[in-house]
Amino acid sequence: MKDPDHRSEARLYLAGFGLALTLTLIPFALVHWALLQGRTLAITIAVLAIAQIVVHLRFFLHIDLSRQKREDLQLILFTVMLLAIMALGTLWIMGNLATRM
Amino acid sequence: MSEHNLHPGLNLGARHGAAHEGAETILFGFWIFLMSDLVIFGLVFASYLTVANPTGAAGGPGPAEAFDLRSVFAQTVILLSSSLTFGFATLAMRHETGRRSIASWLIVTLFLGIGFLAMELRDFAHMIDVGAVPSRSGFWSAFWGLVPLHGVHVTVGCLWIVVMLIQLATLGLIPVVKMRVLRLGLYWHFLDLIWVGIFSIVYLGGQMR
Repeated sequence: MKDPDHRSEARLYLAGFGLALTLTLIPFALVHWALLQGRTLAITIAVLAIAQIVVHLRFFLHIDLSRQKREDLQLILFTVMLLAIMALGTLWIMGNLATRM
Repeated sequence: MSEHNLHPGLNLGARHGAAHEGAETILFGFWIFLMSDLVIFGLVFASYLTVANPTGAAGGPGPAEAFDLRSVFAQTVILLSSSLTFGFATLAMRHETGRRSIASWLIVTLFLGIGFLAMELRDFAHMIDVGAVPSRSGFWSAFWGLVPLHGVHVTVGCLWIVVMLIQLATLGLIPVVKMRVLRLGLYWHFLDLIWVGIFSIVYLGGQMR
């Protein structure tokens, strides 16, 4: 690794790894030592998971908000929208049925 | 990266010529495939969540008896480290440090991938021991449809690394090989992203009830 660019890019990967590892450690610690319960725990885990996904996208998949020639981020957002309609729709309908049973 | 990114994942940069420009459409196409794979995973997650409740468990073993959080944590760290080592492999390719360094990072990634799979299989064996088999309840059917689906993806990724190691040795660093390694990189990082969903929703979420 003589190239200074190489070294600084490797450091970025390490930074991403460190951030992702921290965002993994926190929820595992919260569950292991039962530091939070119920709804608060669920919301915290969800927020940390989304943060970790953003870290992975930014540092490993190099997707960011800068203008790119191909709209990779738009494709992710479109996919997430499709998923939101189908997955949340499924959960909504099944949850509704469950309360009626 | 100062230069404009042509495609998702690490870009090789203009000095790679044909491999860099050719990667634009090919990697975008592969990105579309990954997004369709994401839809599949997302819906399997949704079907898992519909049965992750006492009714779905149908009196069978629950997550508390069948899951081993320590093992899941170790798997998470191993998979995350493999993302880092794969990143180093693609960085070595971008900065042309030679076939040897690319191949050695790929081999480290391969071993981490195999380690992850070995631990996951041991966990699965434990689940079978306590009766948490797919036919036991709707919950376990959904679990076995979701988590092993990710495991199969990792297995395919490991085979792909082996193929790339062979092609690096026989074909050398020609543009086609470079673009295949880049696609494998997208695939590998994508699998780590799915795993974040699995450990958060299935394993950590399973401890909450």
